[in-house]
Amino acid sequence: MTAIEMKEIISELGTDKASEEVDVVTTGTFGAMCSSGAFLNFGHADPPIKMKRVWLNDVEAYTGIAAVDAYLGATQLSESISNYGGAHVLEDLIRGKEIQLKADGYVTDCYPRKEIATEIGLEDLNQATMVNPRNSYQRYNAAANSSGRALHTYMSALLPNLGNVTYAGVGSLSPLNNDPEYRTIGIGTRIFLGGAKGYVMGEGTQHSPPFGTLMVKGDLKEMSTEWIRAAFFPGYGSTLFVGIGAAIPILDAEMAKATGIRDEEIVVNIIDFGVQRRDKPVVRKANYAELKSGKIEINGEEVRVSPLSSYYNAKKIAEELVGMVKTGEFLLSAPVGKIPQKAVTKSLRHGVKEVKSVMCNAIIISGDTSIQEASRLMVENNATHLPVTGEGDVLLGIVTSWDIAKVVANGENGDVSKIMTKKVVTSMPGETVDIVAKKMEQYGISALPVIDSKRVIGLITSEEVSKALMEARK
Amino acid sequence: MMIQLRFDVKSIRKPTLARTIIETGVLLNIIKAGVEARRGEIIIEVDDKRAEEVMRKFREYGVDTSKIERVVEKDDELCVHCGACLSVCPVEVFTMSEERKVAAEPKKCTRCGVCIDVCPFSALSLPG
Repeated sequence: MTAIEMKEIISELGTDKASEEVDVVTTGTFGAMCSSGAFLNFGHADPPIKMKRVWLNDVEAYTGIAAVDAYLGATQLSESISNYGGAHVLEDLIRGKEIQLKADGYVTDCYPRKEIATEIGLEDLNQATMVNPRNSYQRYNAAANSSGRALHTYMSALLPNLGNVTYAGVGSLSPLNNDPEYRTIGIGTRIFLGGAKGYVMGEGTQHSPPFGTLMVKGDLKEMSTEWIRAAFFPGYGSTLFVGIGAAIPILDAEMAKATGIRDEEIVVNIIDFGVQRRDKPVVRKANYAELKSGKIEINGEEVRVSPLSSYYNAKKIAEELVGMVKTGEFLLSAPVGKIPQKAVTKSLRHGVKEVKSVMCNAIIISGDTSIQEASRLMVENNATHLPVTGEGDVLLGIVTSWDIAKVVANGENGDVSKIMTKKVVTSMPGETVDIVAKKMEQYGISALPVIDSKRVIGLITSEEVSKALMEARK
Repeated sequence: MMIQLRFDVKSIRKPTLARTIIETGVLLNIIKAGVEARRGEIIIEVDDKRAEEVMRKFREYGVDTSKIERVVEKDDELCVHCGACLSVCPVEVFTMSEERKVAAEPKKCTRCGVCIDVCPFSALSLPG
């Protein structure tokens, strides 16, 4: 039976009785799995070529693995077709479409050909083996956006000012959530992969229980476009929706208990993508039952929620697996090795500095400062930007030397509150300078006040940013 | 029913909307409004039965009116029921059904177009 039915059986009979009654529980998931792709072997041409670079419908695949092998990744974008990437090539291959193959050769005595351009279909390939380094996330943090502009991310469109929440994964139906100790899902376990029978190769990259992942493989030639679908997230790029299912043998009462897991027990963070850092702040925690309800409360307001994985398709996979297990078409296999129950994902170190280590002192003025006085402060401190603050150093606006030049040209005078820019783009002490550089370019500005819990604590100008970026490059 | 109102430089300067409400006694729900100095575009929702009457009144005051009939279309061949569209539509055209399929209620659609780009499978379109 499916994991959905198992939960009902357990609440009816209890785990002991359920473990006696039920042999196999099937699971499924269907969602965006960016870390996917396939090894393709094109066969040798005459005269032969050692492919140095290769493109499929102008999507570049990785070579460097002998002469006519390549790995095509799902998120690689086409150089000529818009909204099209590696994922689309994979789907088109499965659909039986012809794909344009272009390759540059590295000429050697044994591989004299310099280039090749031809059309290939899936049946022309010797092997087309899907190998996905990171699939089937056990659970995944949800996303929201506190910034003032809409963001286009791999978690889809995030509306400004916490306007919506998106999440991925199917919660209690997902394979790894039903086997959290990885007793039955491990190295060598047979799985449903894209409509074909596939296998678990081991833990996926960035495997970090309970955010476990799987590395999987399967034969692209046996897959179906019902379960492998190319997708495109505008502003992010292409990705592959993959259907994966696992059949879990109920070995004992413990295993039965594990498959009884409920959406309420699976908790993730809602992460604020409005902060463009690796470690994004948490808006709040939420469980999959709340997320699936379609509405969630944030700061006392109801916010609508979009799932990004298809629960409908995941359920269909679990149901299909039940039939395949019953008819003997899908045989269960014990893992030949375990995937780790503990693992930590490390981050990439890089030399880009944070704002707090390079920012300069801000010359702060109040709103009733005269324009005359502001211009004197600018000259005296060699400053072109003066943040205007109110009580407790809270930012009200900013006055630039350009603002002053304008009023002087017009022969006006008065308070700075009259001429300041009120909608100010700001930075945070923990932000990296490359993000600041991006903001400067985006908004056409040359300095940002640095804010820490609403207070102005400094100023970062294009001068500090360019210095820090030059140093990072050395 | 959704009605699109286009105001020109003359009609935008008069309290046409308020006048229409008072004179017809029909409740108008403003779905979207863009009012500038010389023109404006407002989308309103009204009871189907009173739509003709309201449109006639607006036309009397020189407002260009048209029913929004060609609304968002979902290609069920392409849709995988992921639900990405659910939270972005400002008028909640899309809902998740009991069996977790994405259902569309195009009657509510105002042709804003936000959902079109959000669909990862290009399953949504706004015809002509």
